Amino acid sequence: MADLNQLTIAEARDKLRAGEVTSAELTEACLQAVEGAGALNAFVHNTPEIAREQAKAADARIAKGDAPAMCGIPLGIKDLFCTKHVPSQAASKILDGFKPEYESTVTQNLFDAGAVMLGKLNMDEFAMGSSNETSVYGNAVNPWRRGNDDTPLTPGGSSGGSAAAVAADLCLAATGTDTGGSIRQPAAFVGITGIKPTYGRCSRWGIVAFASSLDQAGPMTKDVRDAAIMLEAMCGHDPKDSTSADIPVPDFEAMLTGDIKGKKIGVPKEYRMEGMPAEIEKLWADGTEMLKAAGAEIVDISLPHTKYALPAYYVIAPAEASSNLARYDGVRYGHRAKLAQGDGITEMYEKTRAEGFGHEVQRRVMVGTYVLSAGFYDAYYNRARKVRTLIKRDFEDVFAQGIDAILTPATPSAAFGLGEMSEADPVAMYLNDVFTVTVNLAGLPGISVPAGLDKQGLPLGLQLIGRPWEEGDLLNCAYALEQASGFVAKPGKWW
Amino acid sequence: MLDLTYETPKPKVIAGAKHDWELVIGMEVHAQVSSKAKLFSGASTQFGAEPNSNVAFVDAAMPGMLPVINEFCVEQAVRTGLGLKAEIHLKSAFDRKNYFYPDLPQGYQISQLYEPIVGEGEILVDMGPGVARKVRIERIHLEQDAGKSIHDMDPHMSFVDLNRTGVALMEIVSRPDIRGPEEAAAYVTKLRQILRYLGTCDGNMQNGNLRADVNVSVCRPGDYERYQETQDFGHLGTRCEIKNMNSMRFIQAAIEYEARRQIKILEEGGEVVQETRLYDPDKGETRSMRSKEEAHDYRYFPCPDLLPLEIEQAWVDDIAANLPELPDEKKARFMGDYGLTEYDASVLTADTTSAGYFEQVVAACDDGKLAANWVINELFGRLKTDEKDISESPLSPAQLGGIIELIKSDTISGKIAKDLFEIVYTEGGDPAQIVEERGMKQVTDTGAIEAALDQIIADNPAQVEKAKVNPKLAGWFVGQVMKATGGKANPKAVNDLVQAKLGL
Repeated sequence: MADLNQLTIAEARDKLRAGEVTSAELTEACLQAVEGAGALNAFVHNTPEIAREQAKAADARIAKGDAPAMCGIPLGIKDLFCTKHVPSQAASKILDGFKPEYESTVTQNLFDAGAVMLGKLNMDEFAMGSSNETSVYGNAVNPWRRGNDDTPLTPGGSSGGSAAAVAADLCLAATGTDTGGSIRQPAAFVGITGIKPTYGRCSRWGIVAFASSLDQAGPMTKDVRDAAIMLEAMCGHDPKDSTSADIPVPDFEAMLTGDIKGKKIGVPKEYRMEGMPAEIEKLWADGTEMLKAAGAEIVDISLPHTKYALPAYYVIAPAEASSNLARYDGVRYGHRAKLAQGDGITEMYEKTRAEGFGHEVQRRVMVGTYVLSAGFYDAYYNRARKVRTLIKRDFEDVFAQGIDAILTPATPSAAFGLGEMSEADPVAMYLNDVFTVTVNLAGLPGISVPAGLDKQGLPLGLQLIGRPWEEGDLLNCAYALEQASGFVAKPGKWW
Repeated sequence: MLDLTYETPKPKVIAGAKHDWELVIGMEVHAQVSSKAKLFSGASTQFGAEPNSNVAFVDAAMPGMLPVINEFCVEQAVRTGLGLKAEIHLKSAFDRKNYFYPDLPQGYQISQLYEPIVGEGEILVDMGPGVARKVRIERIHLEQDAGKSIHDMDPHMSFVDLNRTGVALMEIVSRPDIRGPEEAAAYVTKLRQILRYLGTCDGNMQNGNLRADVNVSVCRPGDYERYQETQDFGHLGTRCEIKNMNSMRFIQAAIEYEARRQIKILEEGGEVVQETRLYDPDKGETRSMRSKEEAHDYRYFPCPDLLPLEIEQAWVDDIAANLPELPDEKKARFMGDYGLTEYDASVLTADTTSAGYFEQVVAACDDGKLAANWVINELFGRLKTDEKDISESPLSPAQLGGIIELIKSDTISGKIAKDLFEIVYTEGGDPAQIVEERGMKQVTDTGAIEAALDQIIADNPAQVEKAKVNPKLAGWFVGQVMKATGGKANPKAVNDLVQAKLGL
């Protein structure tokens, strides 16, 4: 059967249950697609043996009538997830050769539901980056191109490999993680859906930590329905993660009615940035109109501390990262530098970390170390924590006013060219996160939905931000937006 | 319960070349929490296991691994806080203390800097009967222990054992209320005693389960009182911290040395530099480990992997309600109920096994004072000769109680009782039965004693004459009667008869 890899999760599930296809067939189709997509550099480690075995097991389960929604669905897994006996390197040289003896809770949940792993996906090193260019494997490439221009574009980051793989139909869906926008920005850059759930919804156990108070896993899928299906399978309370919430997981898919009549959608004035491209401005306005047309009430709101979010984020995230990455010291696993005669433990640390970490990671480790240092702690880290509290309060205030969801652009631009920003001031790259970091700082769920194309034919995304633990409502709003925008564009295959 | 009042001990005064100096000491004691599992992983805490066999993925800081608090360790910390009459914080939080070392796999220690689980408390440090120092506890926090680096097994390599990594420690921080080396050792002794009573730390210093960092400074007489009035540390001298001591003897020796070192510097017009020092027991001196400038910047910040620790008052109350009787209470009760001296009560309450043994002896003989004498003087002495612990005593409390019963009923004399004690200690058996079988009963029949005495008087007329001049010689007759009766005569009856017969 041709083009099985182009199916959505929901379509594949229905066909599997109807006996029209087998997981083995789906899996082979995806493996073939992966095989032919070397130019995208989306997969960094293929696991066809595991995939075929899991597909076989899934088919057996389906035959017995025991088939959860994700059963037999071929997925790509971001390299940040530890997968048992499979290389898990967070796209870093410092984890060279690391094969965990354990399976992350999220991937285990997916496998327990019968999902199939095709392999590990490219990303920015330790999830630090917005263009996939900090990966030790080299960047993944966006399957989209500008008009007739074949300049390679970034798939975004850090979950760039996941985004490219889903957009190019190499898998039916992929896992991502989002610390400051790492699911939503790449999803927007490649025209797919990506949701970062409420902090605590997905277990962080077994996911290589970047910034523990911000990191959340989430699905990257071809549409909103798939996001609902996959999120449900990924999340849930995990006693192994103290920050995981012990609250029930609803049937998210069942909540996709498309009915948002009477819902109050907030449009925050602070997200209207100076110098914002007209196309983004228009997309946002169009999205507002679509939701209004679907029966929602549009409310102008204010989130007054928004402008402090990015600086606060770039203090808190590196601070946590500097501590989280201290364990990569060459002592127990991963890369260890060759030492010269007479070198001691300090040289081992210095050489190992200098060789093992890329520049962006080193930059953030140093920034983080600086902001936590005696004498600077109050001026930077503590102030950033206070800002974080204020940002959280901004959201609480508007939700208390009855706002159900907030509509913003997902990114300040469409996908940019690879290399275009790598020479620039790193802060210019950090600006990619301007619309997304607030959500992480406040621990809220946020979803990026493709809503249109720019004049060069590149996809653009809108972001909806929901109340904590109300992913069901948020997904339903996103579903309504998806229905209204009717976005179906796919990249032309050039790879 | 007896309400004991204590005198405050005099601070130790060291005479310098120019004038007198006093010591000011504060302690940070690291006590390993008695718990089968580590603070944030399920790995075992068993001592002496094969290197790196008690290591969970969390302990080895594998990527993506997360800490989960061990509730029992929290309970133990709360219990300890209650035992030290301290304030229990219903909300506390964990912080990361960042530094690199191979036996610290995470690159940070999870500790409680900003919000410890236990706040202010106190310990009454006994310095002899009627004398005790009240030492204020500033705080107790929970933290992870590090592993062990071994540098002397191979000329080129260092080895790391992570068995201890992540084991729960309580850091018990005192105020600078300790005023001499002996007080410092007594403080650790008392703290250890309380921890053992509570069952929250086994106090084994040899295994490193109880270690102390000691902050020492010196000041001129009067300065400390000014500090007490104002709580202004400016009145005190610059302190040095002596790290990681695991012997009472070393603690005393190190403080003594360190105080004299600081006095010498000050009297020569120098300044004490705030620094961390190590004690070298071989040389008997402290040496600089790192100065304040070289001190690590630990970059403490709240651990984002752990939510603030919130406990409920009802849970704390429940732990409090089930707290065992503590040393001070037990001592007062022994003094009040059994009429013991403070010294005897202190000796018997040094540990719960001795106290328990003693109380069982009392139950068997119903005489606290006699029981205390026999436990302290005879049993402890005998056990010491054999290098045995009270828990290994071959003599059961019932047996010792039986011996005391025989004394009380005048069945045997005190002297015979000592022989009997040795027999029961080495051979076992029922004391009453042994006395019966071996004819050890005391002779109280004055007729028999009188007959023996008459014979002795008759045989020794010269001695009788001498005794009339020098009444002290009466003892000689008593001894002869005892000899004649095989030691079984009631000494009091013999004495009375001798006095009467000789007309003294």
